[in-house]
Amino acid sequence: MPAVSKGDGMRGLAVFISDIRNCKSKEAEIKRINKELANIRSKFKGDKALDGYSKKKYVCKLLFIFLLGHDIDFGHMEAVNLLSSNKYTEKQIGYLFISVLVNSNSELIRLINNAIKNDLASRNPTFMCLALHCIANVGSREMGEAFAADIPRILVAGDSMDSVKQSAALCLLRLYKASPDLVPMGEWTARVVHLLNDQHMGVVTAAVSLITCLCKKNPDDFKTCISLAVSRLSRIVSSASTDLQDYTYYFVPAPWLSVKLLRLLQCYPPPEDAAVKGRLVECLETVLNKAQEPPKSKKVQHSNAKNAILFETISLIIHYDSEPNLLVRACNQLGQFLQHRETNLRYLALESMCTLASSEFSHEAVKTHIDTVINALKTERDVSVRQRAADLLYAMCDRSNAKQIVSEMLRYLETADYAIREEIVLKVAILAEKYAVDYSWYVDTILNLIRIAGDYVSEEVWYRVLQIVTNRDDVQGYAAKTVFEALQAPACHENMVKVGGYILGEFGNLIAGDPRSSPPVQFSLLHSKFHLCSVATRALLLSTYIKFINLFPETKATIQAVLRAGSQLRNADVELQQRAVEYLTLSSVASTDVLATVLEEMPPFPERESSILAKLKRKKGPGAGSALDDGRRDPSSNDINGGVEPTPSTVSTPSPSADLLGLRAAPPPAAPPASAGAGNLLVDVFDGPAAQPSLGPTPEEAFLSELEPPAPESPMALLADPAPAADPGPEDIGPPIPEADELLNKFVCKNNGVLFENQLLQIGVKSEFRQNLGRMYLFYGNKTSYSSRILTHCGPPGDLQTHLAVQTKRVAAQVDGGAQVQQVLNIECLRDFLTPPLLSVRFRYGGTPQALTLKLPVTINKFFQPTEMAAQDFFQRWKQLSLPQQEAQKIFKANHPMDAEVTKAKLLGFGSALLDNVDPNPENFVGAGIIQTKALQVGCLLRLEPNAQAQMYRLTLRTSKEPVSRHLCELLAQQF
Amino acid sequence: MIGGLFIYNHKGEVLISRVYRDDIGSQAADSAVFSSSGPFLGERLGGSVRNAVDAFRVNVIHARQQVRSPVTNIARTSFFHVKRSNIWLAAVTKQNVNAAMVFEFLYKMCDVMAAYFGKISEENIKNNFVLIYELLDEILDFGYPQNSETGALKTFITQQGIKSQHQTKEEQSQITSQVTGQIGWRREGIKYRRNELFLDVLESVNLLMSPQGQVLSAHVSGRVVMKSYLSGMPECKFGMNDKIVIEKQGKGTADETSKSGKQSIAIDDCTFHQCVRLSKFDSERSISFIPPDGEFELMRYRTTKDIILPFRVIPLVREVGRTKLEVKVVIKSNFKPSLLAQKIEVRIPTPLNTSGVQVICMKGKAKYKASENAIVWKIKRMAGMKESQISAEIELLPTNDKKKWARPPISMNFEVPFAPSGLKVRYLKVFEPKLNYSDHDVIKWVRYIGRSGIYETRC
Repeated sequence: MPAVSKGDGMRGLAVFISDIRNCKSKEAEIKRINKELANIRSKFKGDKALDGYSKKKYVCKLLFIFLLGHDIDFGHMEAVNLLSSNKYTEKQIGYLFISVLVNSNSELIRLINNAIKNDLASRNPTFMCLALHCIANVGSREMGEAFAADIPRILVAGDSMDSVKQSAALCLLRLYKASPDLVPMGEWTARVVHLLNDQHMGVVTAAVSLITCLCKKNPDDFKTCISLAVSRLSRIVSSASTDLQDYTYYFVPAPWLSVKLLRLLQCYPPPEDAAVKGRLVECLETVLNKAQEPPKSKKVQHSNAKNAILFETISLIIHYDSEPNLLVRACNQLGQFLQHRETNLRYLALESMCTLASSEFSHEAVKTHIDTVINALKTERDVSVRQRAADLLYAMCDRSNAKQIVSEMLRYLETADYAIREEIVLKVAILAEKYAVDYSWYVDTILNLIRIAGDYVSEEVWYRVLQIVTNRDDVQGYAAKTVFEALQAPACHENMVKVGGYILGEFGNLIAGDPRSSPPVQFSLLHSKFHLCSVATRALLLSTYIKFINLFPETKATIQAVLRAGSQLRNADVELQQRAVEYLTLSSVASTDVLATVLEEMPPFPERESSILAKLKRKKGPGAGSALDDGRRDPSSNDINGGVEPTPSTVSTPSPSADLLGLRAAPPPAAPPASAGAGNLLVDVFDGPAAQPSLGPTPEEAFLSELEPPAPESPMALLADPAPAADPGPEDIGPPIPEADELLNKFVCKNNGVLFENQLLQIGVKSEFRQNLGRMYLFYGNKTSYSSRILTHCGPPGDLQTHLAVQTKRVAAQVDGGAQVQQVLNIECLRDFLTPPLLSVRFRYGGTPQALTLKLPVTINKFFQPTEMAAQDFFQRWKQLSLPQQEAQKIFKANHPMDAEVTKAKLLGFGSALLDNVDPNPENFVGAGIIQTKALQVGCLLRLEPNAQAQMYRLTLRTSKEPVSRHLCELLAQQF
Repeated sequence: MIGGLFIYNHKGEVLISRVYRDDIGSQAADSAVFSSSGPFLGERLGGSVRNAVDAFRVNVIHARQQVRSPVTNIARTSFFHVKRSNIWLAAVTKQNVNAAMVFEFLYKMCDVMAAYFGKISEENIKNNFVLIYELLDEILDFGYPQNSETGALKTFITQQGIKSQHQTKEEQSQITSQVTGQIGWRREGIKYRRNELFLDVLESVNLLMSPQGQVLSAHVSGRVVMKSYLSGMPECKFGMNDKIVIEKQGKGTADETSKSGKQSIAIDDCTFHQCVRLSKFDSERSISFIPPDGEFELMRYRTTKDIILPFRVIPLVREVGRTKLEVKVVIKSNFKPSLLAQKIEVRIPTPLNTSGVQVICMKGKAKYKASENAIVWKIKRMAGMKESQISAEIELLPTNDKKKWARPPISMNFEVPFAPSGLKVRYLKVFEPKLNYSDHDVIKWVRYIGRSGIYETRC
């Protein structure tokens, strides 16, 4: 690099800067700057050309002023002129000014680009480097567009200097990161990989960075880099510390390059070539061996560099997850670090071990360190390290050590930092559930948890206890006994009261035999906590009381007295008041039988993912998945680990008590209770869709079995069909044909007809729907005179699958000319849906494959159940659905002649019941119905007001779900 | 009430720190404080006060953006500041005080300091810090302003070392009775051989004029400063051509006023020194008082109507292409030819991309000052009813900035020997019944000075 010659010192600049530094106040500084700016302006204005030196000096001053925070609006031109200078310093200042001050001035950008282009084309390495640095520093889109093609050329050119190659690689990396689309992939990519063989270590380091970034997008292009990287790595690792001279850092050969190479290898699976793999394993072993050697220097830099390589090696080993030997060695190495003096190392060791624990090979090895980790949890001074220790304990937990770990975590919880308490609570809850050998231990653990850290026990945790206790007969008695004992503590947490209230209400009878926990004792124990609790808990306790009346008739008088007390009957809280009133009346009006039915024990909860796990995942973000899933590797534990087995659906007697608690699953278009805040108190326990015990699977199964004879059902049978090789896989359904929507509209109000017809093919439809189930027969008629193979596939679009289940039966693939083939579809509506499923049909005609995609005529209104009701009921329900989003209204022009009878038929075909004598105006049509889906029912009211003079309709729909209202409204509006 | 008072130099170092209440600082501590330079003077500051001190430095003196509001609220602590040259005076309080009171106090404080040691500068403050602490002890008590009359203060806070040995007990008790008495601003037994008084009417005229010569806003703020050397306890009565007074008298002798052709002026608002009997002003609108000894400001006032504008500025700016600007400015003096205006200075702003300026002026000296981005034209003296002209050619450097030049207004400074508001002193009568001198024996001097405030013309 050219040395700064004498006279390049720019005395004027130094003087100016020291003037500014000596300014006593801001005003003085501004004055000085104004003066200097005026001076520079007059210099730049002068017609006489400035020499390079003064130009550089003034541009420097401008740069300095700009960096002080003042606006600079001139001098760009001079800076660009500097770029064409032949002196290094002048060029450098020019580039510096442009990197700092460039703006999207089109004219200047062109000039700058030109200058850069010249420099890139010059064979002078320093100038090329300057230009490359400028491109990287600016990194704008314009720059990228202009040079993205040139830089790869420079990078792989045989005659480029090492430093230029290095700069080019980094510049390309910068451009790629800024706008990946600009960097063209081409034959250079192959040659970039060979830079890994370059003599110059700097070039290799830069190239590895570039390749690591590029290969994330298209790994296949760079596959060849694996073997090169391995050989490079092995050369470095095996070299003596003095071999690499400039690149040896405190006796560690090329640590940065090693780390980068190891990172690069982590982008790929283990090498397939045995030789390469062997060499790599050798490398990794060498690194692990070296870690055991005594340090060559006491300096912290030495150990840092060494450990950086070591940790990167370990993460590569973890990434491969295929070398048991290495994994165990890595684990042992980390185990040593666990007791290291350096806190940072301990942190890193814990973190890496956390990922190691999820590998099946090293899980056992990790477990050997359990005592150290527990010790770390107790004694670490730094909270983040303790957090890692807790994570690791969670990850290494399995059936064998669950009890120990859970008890340690519980003990730690008492002293844990507030910030991580909730997370630990969740973890304890999950571990306890997942690895529970017997459920009494589980119940004990959770109750302990509530006792120790009640404030941090979220709803999900205690809901889960209730779900498990409810579903497991064997633990109910024990749970009742335990909560009863726990409640006897003088002060217990509100969550404990909630759990206790619920469990005693359900299973209090199981411990009533013991005189120490006789019904009156149970009641008075619960009631002693009543007044200290929040409204939600009190509401729950009131439900417990009414259940007591059923369980223990002898407590009836006491409980009625409590309910009758003014503090309940006239409670300021609506929910409490309502419960008190309803329960009191229920207990006095209903007979014992009715009471027994109404207040029957809760049915088991349906199986689903643990809500706690979901919550922990939410808390941790997506990254934490691996540590959480490890339990699945334990096949033997699946029976219990899943939590609760799905229970036979025979016990699905509707539980009216659920209804009482605000779950109106029963008939009409009743929206969720208006007083949502109050009604939801208990709904949460049942958690969402499963909240409707009355919708047991019995009727739907019966329906299915009567509809179809037991036949081998294979939803994807068609996929297995030997398809002509030329045909693409049947799974990719093309976009529907343009007329699909129109064809679909024909079927909104009718179930049978011709869905599609052209000169080759006719598709007829016959369908019937009942509740949330439907069966559809599709008839494919071959109109040609040739036999043809018809291949169909239908199914809901991806996101629809959770809403609609479609099962198809095998279709006879070969259809003779003029013949017809029938296909049966079983449809089950799971949730409300908006888009219809698609049907794709493929066949061959005259040697060319034909394909068409149609929309299946399945719309939400097909699952309508008409409901008859009186005018009064109708209006009451109409008012209940008065929220603006529940209503959809459309005013539109009639497309067909307005005929009352036709309209009536269409409305009936649409699925709703037509209600007469409801609307005061006899011209208007009023309908009601319920849309049946498996998950929920949507009540629906509609009103159609024709205006014969204007030839207009006004259609109003009210349903309890907003998208349904809008969708129905649109569907129906197209029919008139 | 004022919780504390700090004086800073321009670097933000604390020169004087006097804390009256403990509440300040404890909360201001929350605000971001980055650096702390040691207190300049010896007082050890408690940690919390330290924080209040730093908070003001960080948030006001060293603020990134210039702080324009004189009141700054930092962490529920209010800082009221005034700036005298490079010195910042900041009053700090946590309470909801009357801001006008605080500023009045700060101004008074400046006056007192100026009366003791002249110009308020870092040097002077450092040299007189003992005196300043003494003064602060006297004029503020637990944050409540006390007697801040310079004359009275000077009797017991002196700069000549310890005087108490020479002071008799009698004198000391006299001071006590005076300071706590009804007329705290004047002691008894003053004697002068020559009874003399000086009256200065000082006005500053503010103007904003459109390029076409239309007055957009104009007002005069004036002060009447009196310097009295009178014996005994004289009762004074001051009269001027206040419109209300003239009209009231005019009812009796209507023709007299019209004959004399005396103009009366409408005073928008006025404030008086504490010695003026406000009850009398309210009932009779007469200004009567017993003056303090020495110099004091008798009244302050403001007028907005019928202002005599001493100068008219006629600008002419022509942009010749993108690289040249021609400016021509004519000033006309608009008062009696016999009077002479002084210290005239016209400041013509130049665009930010000026690269060169050529100026030609008929009178005075004109120069382009790059550091201020303006052409400054100075004229020493100029008689009434004259006019003068300057023309300048400004070369511009083309920039890639598309912003148009904002054309700031042309401003002007001057001093004229009359009151632009038209205020006239009609009389100042002195009565001293106990001593044997009468109104005629008093020598009276009256002087009018009109200065420019913000006197701007848009171009």
